[in-house]
Amino acid sequence: MTDGTAGPARRLEWQLAEVRDIVVETPRVKSLLTHVTGWRGHLPGQHVDIRLTAEDGYQAQRSYSIASPPEDELIELTVVQVDNGEVSAYLHGELRRGDRFELRGPIGGYFVWTTSSGGPLQLICAGSGVAPLMAMLRHRDRRAARGPALLLYSSRSLEEVIYREELETMARRDRDLRVVYTLTSKQPEGWTGYRRRIDQAMLAESCFPPEANPRSFVCGPTPFVESASRLLVELGHDPLSIKTERFGPTGG
Amino acid sequence: MDDPPISRGFKSRQGQTPSKRLPPGQYATADFPVLSAGPTPHLRLDDWSLSLEHGGSLLGTWSWAQFEALPQTTIAADIHCVTKWSKLGTTWQGVTFDDLLRAAGLQQPAAPYVMAHCEGGYTTNLAVADLIGGKGAVVTRYAGSPIEPVHGGPARLFVPHLYFWKSAKWLRRLSFMQANEPGFWESSGYHIRGDPWREERYDGD
Repeated sequence: MTDGTAGPARRLEWQLAEVRDIVVETPRVKSLLTHVTGWRGHLPGQHVDIRLTAEDGYQAQRSYSIASPPEDELIELTVVQVDNGEVSAYLHGELRRGDRFELRGPIGGYFVWTTSSGGPLQLICAGSGVAPLMAMLRHRDRRAARGPALLLYSSRSLEEVIYREELETMARRDRDLRVVYTLTSKQPEGWTGYRRRIDQAMLAESCFPPEANPRSFVCGPTPFVESASRLLVELGHDPLSIKTERFGPTGG
Repeated sequence: MDDPPISRGFKSRQGQTPSKRLPPGQYATADFPVLSAGPTPHLRLDDWSLSLEHGGSLLGTWSWAQFEALPQTTIAADIHCVTKWSKLGTTWQGVTFDDLLRAAGLQQPAAPYVMAHCEGGYTTNLAVADLIGGKGAVVTRYAGSPIEPVHGGPARLFVPHLYFWKSAKWLRRLSFMQANEPGFWESSGYHIRGDPWREERYDGD
């Protein structure tokens, strides 16, 4: 069950992360590129905990997926602004280049994929659920030996697709990578792609067949993950080949 | 490390009174977020059973109807997920581990540790000391209603004084062990016991 044996053998200490750059991805999503002194590497799909300290000593912790691949020097955290979210509001509104906060990780050894994990790589996400999957795609992109891969990405609109330019660049130069969007509430003029929530017909058309033994990773809000993972099982995919990560309605 | 850096402009929005019921690093939520490693299994009650074993021998097994006929206990507790959310004042109903041992005719636990085995292959390890004395149960109802599959129904383990990953969903089998062996998340960098008040989130905490 534990094919990613990334379990740390020693205590995960809090480390200092310094913000080197902030990328505005969409109106509600920013990526923080941070430098972590003494970072000992991670696997694509893992996450970190961050801890903020207020002037009065109040502290808050949150978990964020790492969107950058192990090959990159900076650790990228992609943050959605959550309504009334104290941490995301600070990260979006107040945090500046050069600011520092505490971070520890990497955490999680199950929802991970590397080029040596094999299989066709089958990534299915909604909204900011793309973040840990992006680490896998970027890792795969940095390696010469690439197997077939699919990203099926459900977004309300094209403007809300995170990492869109990079995804399209990646797909253009890599014939083994298919990037498929479904735009569920607003489509640009002339859009010929999917325009509905993920359903069985869409998965049957887009996904690798169960016989190809794809490694499936499903990430997004809970109802999305419930539905997509259940549909994959109904299509004949082995439940043990499907790894899920769910973002609850909170997270703040 | 030295004093943590102060984040200018960052402040609590939790209101004036951070609850004494919140362990370190946790925040309260009114929602009930879901975390599972794979697809949610949807189990038919007719196919469901729970068994208690030790070293390959069966100590007890219960069909759904038999399990429902065991003494029922209502438990009110705060629950704490390692991903930082806590949900205060939840109410569950089920069979305590003590009553399960009694139902199996055991005078005392068969070994000092237990591995919980679940539908879908998930496992988690517990010390018997964390289950007896009313501390652990197998629950089938949440807030008076059957537990939804997404939250671990029809039956999940319930050990609220530990991080909630120990309260394994879709429980099918409890197996006594002489030695403490790590389960699913425990093999993947999470703490072997998971006490939220000691903030035992990860291996080495």
